Amino acid sequence: MHDATVEETHAEHDPHATYTGLDNVKLAMWAFLGSECLFFGALIASHLLYRNRTGTGPTRHDVYDIPYTSVSSFVLLMSSLTMVLALAAIQRGDHRKLRIWLLATSLLGASFIGGQFFEFTEFVHKGLTLQTSPFGSSFFVLTGFHGTHVAIGILMLLTMYTLSKLGKLDPFSEGAKKVEMVGLYWHFVDIIWIVIFTVVYLFP
Amino acid sequence: MAMVTTPTPWFLRRPKASHGIWSWVTTVDHKRIGIMYGYTAFVFFILGGLEALLIRAQLATPEGKLISADLYNQLFTTHGVTMIFLVVMPMGAAFFNYFIPLMIGARDVAFPRLNSLSYWVFLFGGLFLYSSWFFGGAPDGGWFGYAPLSSSAGFLPGDHRIDFYALGLQILGVASIVASANFITTILNMRAPGMKLMKMPVFIWMSLVVNFLLLFAMPVIAVALFFMTFDRTFGALFFAPAGGGDPILWQHLFWLFGHPEVYILILPAMGIVSEILPVFSRKPLFGYSFVVFSGAAIGFMGWGVWAHHMFTVGLGPAANSAFAVSTMFIAVPTGVKIFNWMATMAGGSLKFKTPMLFSIGFIAMFIIGGLSGVTHSIVPHDAQQQDTYYIVAHFHYVLFGGAIIGLFGGLYFWFPKIYGKMMDERLGKIHFWMMLIGFNMTFGPFHILGLKGMPRRYYTYQAGLGWEMWNMLSTVGAFLIAASTLVFMHNWVKSKRKGEIAGNDPWDARTLEWTIPSPPPEYNFAVIPTVTERDDFWHRKYKEDKKGRPVPVPVGGSEEHSEDAEHDAGHGIHMPSPSYFPLVAAIGMPVAGFAVILHSWPLGIVGTVITLAGFYGWVLEPATAEEH
Repeated sequence: MHDATVEETHAEHDPHATYTGLDNVKLAMWAFLGSECLFFGALIASHLLYRNRTGTGPTRHDVYDIPYTSVSSFVLLMSSLTMVLALAAIQRGDHRKLRIWLLATSLLGASFIGGQFFEFTEFVHKGLTLQTSPFGSSFFVLTGFHGTHVAIGILMLLTMYTLSKLGKLDPFSEGAKKVEMVGLYWHFVDIIWIVIFTVVYLFP
Repeated sequence: MAMVTTPTPWFLRRPKASHGIWSWVTTVDHKRIGIMYGYTAFVFFILGGLEALLIRAQLATPEGKLISADLYNQLFTTHGVTMIFLVVMPMGAAFFNYFIPLMIGARDVAFPRLNSLSYWVFLFGGLFLYSSWFFGGAPDGGWFGYAPLSSSAGFLPGDHRIDFYALGLQILGVASIVASANFITTILNMRAPGMKLMKMPVFIWMSLVVNFLLLFAMPVIAVALFFMTFDRTFGALFFAPAGGGDPILWQHLFWLFGHPEVYILILPAMGIVSEILPVFSRKPLFGYSFVVFSGAAIGFMGWGVWAHHMFTVGLGPAANSAFAVSTMFIAVPTGVKIFNWMATMAGGSLKFKTPMLFSIGFIAMFIIGGLSGVTHSIVPHDAQQQDTYYIVAHFHYVLFGGAIIGLFGGLYFWFPKIYGKMMDERLGKIHFWMMLIGFNMTFGPFHILGLKGMPRRYYTYQAGLGWEMWNMLSTVGAFLIAASTLVFMHNWVKSKRKGEIAGNDPWDARTLEWTIPSPPPEYNFAVIPTVTERDDFWHRKYKEDKKGRPVPVPVGGSEEHSEDAEHDAGHGIHMPSPSYFPLVAAIGMPVAGFAVILHSWPLGIVGTVITLAGFYGWVLEPATAEEH
């Protein structure tokens, strides 16, 4: 009984203590990202089934511009670096640097989406649309959903930027946790792109 | 509060109502959300039941003239979708909500506002599906929505029935994914000190498995439903054979979700029964770790059996054999559980209260449904049964005889905890026997009808095929089930009003929820309990003598400490404040759904903005209401 009392008071003192020691939000975020793996897994698997079903429309060799997509992939990967720098900044309590790196990450993400938009228009000019072939359908839906994820990520980054500006990311330990969660999501979206770029574009 | 703070704008102030309708609309209390899940699911149970009664009335006699073929298609589709997505899943969620925190010794779930979001998204998803009845008809492609029938844009102009199916299930899927992340975090992180994984009640274990299944299965159906929507709305070619698409892809994606879904439906009931049997046998669950690991094994193996729904598609002998073997295998952990439940009862001092009757009914009916299920794993046999009433018999034995009967047992078992009153035993027993007899009268004959070749989903049949008597019997049984449900509703309302006062622990039960008052206070536990044993509460009440028989711990032993603590209960315990924003965020989703159906960009933007506004309000509102 004596031991129990000690533990109880301990629990009362630290309302954020969890059984596993992992933060609730972080655990839920990992669970959500696990769910996302199945989402993109199903999209990628369906695309693999359809990548050669081009009908009379253009094939992937007709439309892909690997050097161009390599550059935009590089841009997206660099945004993971700036995201790490943003998190490091707020963990030091440096809000000015945080905002710079958040903005840089958003800009890199936006360039990636701009690049994707340009790529989509090019493909449409070459005769590949959602309605052309199962290849077209699965390509646009897969990469489109990835682009949507990047766009949502940019929205979250800009929200963090605004919150920091308004002084609502304080105390900074709480703020750093929020930025870390956005970062987890952002890195995940980047990693998924590495898989998509490899499997969809580079696989012969 | 003496601190000077900038005033919060009105729309960010947290709601304060503690009773009345607004307190329910804005609640983040897991118990209230659980109750709302339960009542909503029950309303849908009545609707789905009425649809079933119409179907049975039509099929009572050959050449029935009650409803048209078109209406029949809508009825059997809506019946299936309702019972699966709007009854059994949310009723499971009702139990998760109410009892996960209570059974693990927590004051709430990990994310109370996210929890309220799940409920509202579920409610609006269900209403969105049912709104189809007013916009040109309900979905009519079966609950499985096979392509290409479902993926071709409506054959008639303005036919949006399948759009309601695709978008409605999409919205419901959001609710499930959000809830699963919440419950997984709650179970892993919010357990009371000392409650190691292998000391968790079996219901908590089954909840954990179910929520992992939801977490990983819902995104797969989401992808399939997106493909369907893109095919129907934007002319994509995923499932269009003429354009090179493959309708079989739909079946793979659907059943890759659909088979884990079967376990999502049954495991909550298995968890409930695993709690009820030890209480009314006055013995611990036999082979706790076997039951737990069987549940976990089902969670893994459930991913490797989906193609047994597709044996007649023509996947080839290699695939068919592999899935036949895996299907036979998955019967093993299920069988292990059944033997453990029976061994729990063996040698116990059994008390046949209503929850116990429903649990025994569950085991008996589930054995029948499980055995007919194993017969489907034999490919040539399955080829004979495909699309006959034999299949309908099988899945009703597992989903009604299994899941629904088990969930009713849970309602009887925990009603005293939820409302502080006992349910009427006599009415409960009448309900049980009427429902059990009605159930077997309705679905037993389906085995015979199926073997006699009666096909599923046909709106009528001809006389002289030897089907008349069985169909009539089944229809009478269906109305008996309906009558038994009325008995249940009467019992519920009556007991809620003037049932016998229950007290904390009316069943002499074993788990933590029975240590606290009934109904539980808002904060659940005045003092967070410390757990030392599996079925901790039982071990606080009873020690074992040398022969292993329970001997009561003398009064004043260990109870006193907690009595003291209860005294100044509730002071200084901060519960999460209510919030409007989950509701706001949820409203945007059906709006966006209508936007897709109406091909309206402005409406789509409105829906997205509403949802985003909900989330932004959520992030910005103060974490707790200002104190007076």
